[in-house]
Amino acid sequence: MNRKSADIVVIGGGVVGCATAFELARLGCKNVVLVERNTIASGSTGRCGAGVRQQFGTELNCVLAREAVRIFEHMDEYLDYEPGVEFRQSGYLMLAYSDQQWEQFQRNVELERSLDIDVKMLTPEGAREIVPFLDLEGMVGATFCQTDGHANPFHTAFAYAQAAKRLGAEILTHTSVMDIEVENNKIQAVVTDKGRIATSAVVNCAGAYSAKIAKMAGIDLPVWGERHQILITEPVEAMMGPMVISFHHDFYCQQTPHGSFIMGIGMPGEPKSFNIRSSVDFLEGMANTVMKILPPLGNLRVVRQWAGLYDMSPDAQPILGECPPIEGFYNANGFSGHGFMVSPIVGQAMAELIILGKSSVDISKLDAGRFERGELVFEPAVVG
Amino acid sequence: MTDRPKRHDDDVIVCRCEDVTLGEIRRLISEGYHTIDEIKRISRAGMGQCQGRTCRHLIARELARALGVPQEEVEMPMFRPPTRPVLLSTIARGEGDE
Repeated sequence: MNRKSADIVVIGGGVVGCATAFELARLGCKNVVLVERNTIASGSTGRCGAGVRQQFGTELNCVLAREAVRIFEHMDEYLDYEPGVEFRQSGYLMLAYSDQQWEQFQRNVELERSLDIDVKMLTPEGAREIVPFLDLEGMVGATFCQTDGHANPFHTAFAYAQAAKRLGAEILTHTSVMDIEVENNKIQAVVTDKGRIATSAVVNCAGAYSAKIAKMAGIDLPVWGERHQILITEPVEAMMGPMVISFHHDFYCQQTPHGSFIMGIGMPGEPKSFNIRSSVDFLEGMANTVMKILPPLGNLRVVRQWAGLYDMSPDAQPILGECPPIEGFYNANGFSGHGFMVSPIVGQAMAELIILGKSSVDISKLDAGRFERGELVFEPAVVG
Repeated sequence: MTDRPKRHDDDVIVCRCEDVTLGEIRRLISEGYHTIDEIKRISRAGMGQCQGRTCRHLIARELARALGVPQEEVEMPMFRPPTRPVLLSTIARGEGDE
């Protein structure tokens, strides 16, 4: 390793780390180093469901997602990325299966509309106008937001990484962080298996592994990994526009621009772990559920299944910001299954916070200190 | 796009499922994508019906040549289940009928 020092070291080459490195460089930070133990997008980013939605139950999640969508809408030009990140605004259709859930959806819609997010409330028949082969049994209602959608997580991460490099950031793949040196509560260096990088600031974008990184700086961070599984089918002609979500079934499904259907379902009792092996019982649960809600998809063949980790936090909201008492240690993790969709705005907010001292979207409520203060903000809308 | 002299076999299809050519693989290697997994993620080579049974070896060979290492040293990606494409309805029926 020829570099011995950096202004800021970003740990983690997922989409959050890549976006943060790019935004830091864009704000004029000349000496940004990103360290990734494997390759770009090799962890949760490259394993995620690729959805981008603004329909949430807390104001902060709605605002973060809305701002992220605004960046996704012009991301190819913003990052000068020729292959394109394949952002499509084909909407999210969220299905409610009980009166209680429908009441929660109505509260969410009221919140979303107050934040300038255009969401429609639909009857089950109205939902079927959007997805004609939707099975309506047990359904109470649905909400639909046309400006929600999906993007290609690989291309998004590669686009940020390439743009960061063009602005002078250095990206070290196949490089593992072994230790973080701290003296008098100040960051001194990041020690990797390829050498030591002297620095006064670290951004912890290590996803499910963020607690391990924080521990190296002497910080107890309440973030853990939780396996979530997913599968993809053979490609077929376009037949379904939006992402279809049901919290009742803990299920989501969308058709990608490529034509294949990608879908996931939560597994009850999934323990805290770093396990990313896929299982047969997931396949069975997934197949049964998707055939109930979207019956024609039974005719599709599964070509691949895999698993990845949600980086869970105690209230299913991200942990963003500096982490006292260690000066210069910043977190951008704990996304609990929603990291990809908010990554563009998280990168901006983190860079503004670090370089300018204040971010244009107020993320101060999402600091790690909220858990000690008992100021948790639970997100009711988590799926898959 | 990187400027790379055109080679006579650039148009050869390496991944038949996803229509990826040898030229595209070479371009990605020259742009710094040096593992089969990265090439798969950016080009879709190996993501189709056959799950890379043919192309992974051809890509490994191309990487070995470009990087000057023996082909055995090129890390092979995991095979992900199922081994062959299976109908969702077949999987659903498998639970309970028999």
